[in-house]
Amino acid sequence: MSLVEITGLTVAFDGVRVLHGIDLTIGKGEAVGLVGESGCGKSVTWLAALGLLPQKARIGGRVMMEGADLLTMPRSEIEKVRGARIAMIFQDPSSALNPIIRVGRQIEEAIALHRGLTGASVRAEAKRLLDLVGIPDASRRLDNYPHEFSGGQNQRVMIAMALAGNPDLLVADEPTTALDATIQAQILDLIVRLRNETGLALVFISHDLGAVSQVCERACVMYAGRIIESGPTAELFRQPRHPYTNGLFEALPRLDGPRRRFVPIEGTVPDPRHMPAGCAFSPRCRSARENCHHTQPALATLSGTRQIACLHPLSDSPASERQRDFAVA
Amino acid sequence: MLRFLALRVARACITVALVVTFAFIVLRLSGDPALIILSPDSPPEAIAAFRKSWGLDDPIWQQYLRYFLAIIRGDLGVSMRDGQSAIMLVAERIPATLQLTIPALLIKIGLGIPAGIYAALHRNSAIDRIVMIGAIVGFTMPSFVLGLLLVLIFAVILGWFPSGGQDTWMHAILPVLTLGVGGAAILARFTRSAMLEVLGQPYIRTASAKGVPWARVVRGHAFPNASIPVVTIVGFMVGSLFAGAVVVESLFAWPGVGRLLVSSVANRDLAVVQCILLLVSITMVVSNLTVDILYGYLDPRLRTGGHT
Repeated sequence: MSLVEITGLTVAFDGVRVLHGIDLTIGKGEAVGLVGESGCGKSVTWLAALGLLPQKARIGGRVMMEGADLLTMPRSEIEKVRGARIAMIFQDPSSALNPIIRVGRQIEEAIALHRGLTGASVRAEAKRLLDLVGIPDASRRLDNYPHEFSGGQNQRVMIAMALAGNPDLLVADEPTTALDATIQAQILDLIVRLRNETGLALVFISHDLGAVSQVCERACVMYAGRIIESGPTAELFRQPRHPYTNGLFEALPRLDGPRRRFVPIEGTVPDPRHMPAGCAFSPRCRSARENCHHTQPALATLSGTRQIACLHPLSDSPASERQRDFAVA
Repeated sequence: MLRFLALRVARACITVALVVTFAFIVLRLSGDPALIILSPDSPPEAIAAFRKSWGLDDPIWQQYLRYFLAIIRGDLGVSMRDGQSAIMLVAERIPATLQLTIPALLIKIGLGIPAGIYAALHRNSAIDRIVMIGAIVGFTMPSFVLGLLLVLIFAVILGWFPSGGQDTWMHAILPVLTLGVGGAAILARFTRSAMLEVLGQPYIRTASAKGVPWARVVRGHAFPNASIPVVTIVGFMVGSLFAGAVVVESLFAWPGVGRLLVSSVANRDLAVVQCILLLVSITMVVSNLTVDILYGYLDPRLRTGGHT
């Protein structure tokens, strides 16, 4: 049963396309990872779906939720989806909270908007949420300002605020990128725990493959504004079939096994204003052949639950021992 | 907080003392009050007598010391022209000046802030462009040029309003517009850029993402954050309530503090000039202090002392 169904989503800024037709379905209670380098369109996909991009953005396609298209809704309607049906948290929690409003009031604002509570019950619910996300001494901390919290605590506050409207889907846009490693692990644990407790669906946007494997059942790899490979996280990570996905794993450091050089992906991400002809990855691809440079591969089902957009997918990845690196959920 | 206040008051006192000192130096070095008030053709005995009676024949440092101590005692002296108390002379002009500057301040705030917010929200729209052009004109056009322009259009050509004097409220309209329009443009410009900066901040997106309606995002999340630079400018405007109209009062023959200042400087009437400068510097200092305290209310990160 699908919760959100994105079809052919495109986004252009000043006539430059940055998203080239995204098809993505999120099922109820499902956790999906969106993986890729900065600028590949992971965040833009969801900002566009929720109408949070600047006005100059030109958006095409459809984002269906319960029979309604979020992209063509009037503003007053989409405002009722945001926070209530789909909540979003962001990369840098310290700048994502309003610096001059007490965190309690920021959480209470969301509760009052979506839950129809008033007066003391709003406050009580805000305290419950802060407790839920693991902020000690919640009733006192409600009166603090964001600068009085650490980065990790601010992300917990953001999560509490996102949960305030009882959403069906939480979009977490690089929620751990700005935090240090131990705090990252805590926030990931919190997200996993909340998902188990509330049954909320999750879109986890990250360039951290380890984090994605810990949190998500399914992952989509994006490159230059397209989804180029998707599938169950365990399978995708065990045996990436797209040369780009494979390249991402080759570039990772390993904790075990012999010391070896990282294998970087040569070249850089193409400039959206000067996209190469054919497959956007072809100039950097070690397996590229003649037709890759003029034919754009479509995202096609490879087998069962896996999809890939590649004319010459890798047949068998040499990384069967990779499993050990990722404690796949 | 008390420590902060005490420090600021001490600094304010130093500022005022410096203002008084500089005014004394400049006024006493730029001309002899005896020659100006009595005219150079007066008999030498009269001039000597005038000098003696005002203590102008004492060494300059003695005059300064005497003057400074008198100010500390709260004695601002009497006008050299007619012996009236300087404080009374200035005080009776204040209401006339406020009749111009308070309505002008209301125009600046009531027109400038909404225009700035609107321009920021509709960036590159026709209204945004009009506000920006208006701001440039308001910034660059001196008030005497704007004032003369308004006189030309509304008094000379259209004949709607009188060009000078203080007889009816109609007389106040052109000077108030001259003062208000330029200030409104300046305030609009600052409000616009402050709003634009805040609207690009991640927490504005967060507020939208949690479903806050746009009008409430602007009112409740964006404007309060943008208000700090706006409050700073408004603070300056409040600080110039008593003496921000020197040029405009002269232009429209409006008998306020500003015109008194101009004539007193011309006459080297030290006591009156000092009195006005004190008034100006004290209002400036008080309004700056108020702005500093307001910062703490507007932005919890700027609160001094207290919690961590």
